[in-house]
Amino acid sequence: MAEAKTTAPAQTNPAAEPPVLEVTDLKKHFPVQSGVLRRTIGHVYAVDGVTFSVGRGETLGLVGESGCGKSTVGRTAMRLLEPTAGSIKLSGVDVTHLSKEELRPYRRQMQIIFQDPFSSLNPRMTAGEIVKEPLYIHNIGDNASRQEMTKALFDRVGLRQAQMNNYPHQFSGGQRQRIGIARALALNPHLIVGDEPVSALDVSIQAQVINLMMDLQEEMEVAYLFIAHDLAVVEHISDYVAVMYLGRIVEYADKKTLFRNPLHPYTEALLSAAPIPDPTIRREKKILQGDVPSPVNPPKGCHFNTRCPYAEERCFVEAPILKDKGDGHTVACHLR
Amino acid sequence: MTLSPINRRRIATFRANKRGYWAALVFAVLFMASLFAEFIANDKPFIVMYDGAIHMPVFKAYPETAFGGEFLTEADYRDPVVAGKIHEEGWMLWPLIRYHHATVAWDLPAPAPTGPGASHVLGTDDQARDVAARLIYGFRISVLFGFTLVIFSSIVGVSAGLVQGFYGGWLDLIFQRFIEIWGGLPQLYILIILASVVEPNFWWLLGLLMLFSWTGLVGVVRAETLRARNLDFVRAARALGVSNSKIMFRHVLPNAMVATITFLPFILAGSVTTLTALDFIGFGLPPGSPSLGEMLQQGKNNLQAPWLGLTGFFAIASLLTLLVFAGEAVRDAFDPRKTLA
Repeated sequence: MAEAKTTAPAQTNPAAEPPVLEVTDLKKHFPVQSGVLRRTIGHVYAVDGVTFSVGRGETLGLVGESGCGKSTVGRTAMRLLEPTAGSIKLSGVDVTHLSKEELRPYRRQMQIIFQDPFSSLNPRMTAGEIVKEPLYIHNIGDNASRQEMTKALFDRVGLRQAQMNNYPHQFSGGQRQRIGIARALALNPHLIVGDEPVSALDVSIQAQVINLMMDLQEEMEVAYLFIAHDLAVVEHISDYVAVMYLGRIVEYADKKTLFRNPLHPYTEALLSAAPIPDPTIRREKKILQGDVPSPVNPPKGCHFNTRCPYAEERCFVEAPILKDKGDGHTVACHLR
Repeated sequence: MTLSPINRRRIATFRANKRGYWAALVFAVLFMASLFAEFIANDKPFIVMYDGAIHMPVFKAYPETAFGGEFLTEADYRDPVVAGKIHEEGWMLWPLIRYHHATVAWDLPAPAPTGPGASHVLGTDDQARDVAARLIYGFRISVLFGFTLVIFSSIVGVSAGLVQGFYGGWLDLIFQRFIEIWGGLPQLYILIILASVVEPNFWWLLGLLMLFSWTGLVGVVRAETLRARNLDFVRAARALGVSNSKIMFRHVLPNAMVATITFLPFILAGSVTTLTALDFIGFGLPPGSPSLGEMLQQGKNNLQAPWLGLTGFFAIASLLTLLVFAGEAVRDAFDPRKTLA
């Protein structure tokens, strides 16, 4: 799959400051085991050569269908999963092969918010304890100052200080997600990976949480890797958007360019599938046929060739690489 | 003592389960009382006032000569001669039941076992020992044995289950097969064989039963751990750089505790039953020890003396019932939905 290797799209001035997160040719293959002896009979190519970077205070939206490897990218970048190949750099430091102990100080720079606000908080700890734990693990301050910092975090994410002694199940979904955000913010990270942080919430609460995240970004200059499948949410929060299909990035551009001028046929279809909240608009919908192929046995050549309406002969032979179409708008398609 | 709000609510929930709360209370009172069995049923008085000096025979052995007797052996306070000499020069204060569990009553009106009466509330057994006294001491040894066994086997079982569930993979696979094979061993035969090699006392028996009882909790803790380790809050803890041992004890174990604690009273009840069963077939505590199982065995051998079997039966039945009811209240108290709703 080496042909899928691409160049890192430059988005910030590389000379001034290394990007907060720089992922190069990241791969994560899960072995498929079978039988009593657990022989490996194949691999799930969940992430298959992904390259991107996120600059300070920026938001990169990562979109794609379910099962395309978005969450795996997030978790591998966090070193919650061990990458099969590729490198992960945090503010210029390569953390790909650091041991658990060596990695600990770098954990302060990157944090994660999960999708499910019900399983992401330990039901046996109070909200205060949950938010305080990062400070305690990284030996920041003493007990009194930790308590003060926790209070400040509660204020910051819009929770009342009196709620510190409550347990997670006493909060609503949106409030729980705020606790998750407070926990992620406790260490003042440079990067927060949001793994579909609002997908499980009601639409009205989604807006609140998204706006909170954007306000916090402005205040604290934190960068987001925002993983989602909801295009409207991604359009609202992102500066740049990467579209993933079956373990690879197929298109990358800044938000405006991507939404106005999608180049990849998959992006086109994705955008046309998103509802527009105006019943008077009639448009030609490009509806994709078929399902996403199995990541255990991805198609040869371009991964999208099984569903692409424009696929030609070479699409079945040669995998396209990401090509720059100007202004950092890159697309992996032979035809565009 | 200050309690955190959560513990205060737990106690409130515990009390809200009336049946369990009272069962726990009654059990606690009985257990505390049995711990002071020497002051309830004994063949020695608490205090002897003799010749202006205070003697405490429960704590110290006095020779008969101390009370004007003839022998240098320990005074037998139940002997009318000794008692008479003490009453000449002072007085003595007796416990409620004037028999120790091993005291043989020589002055029975009929051949032992004799039925309940004024001097023996629950009658005597076939060796002319007071049943009430044996019941109190037997209750104590059963419960103490049960507690000790539960504590040790849950320490081993919880740690094994936690490690297995948390690390999973090959370790888990091998451990599980080992436990299956171990569980397949015929427990009773091995205990009987071992009991014929060593003379079983309290600690030997505890060790032998522990060989098999520790596996009881492994399954529960392992299952809870397997579930918890894939939850997002464990991932979040990993992302924070929390070490494996801290994740296990701070995040995984507390979430496995409800299932574990719910099991404990039932395991305690199980341990009491096992000891009773071993005593009943004669492979338990050494001969002469007071035990509920031995009382049942006597009841079986002396069907003409139903007070033996009935006492044993009611004692075990009420002990197990109290433990199960108390266990239910404990489970409620640790249920977050009940405690925090």
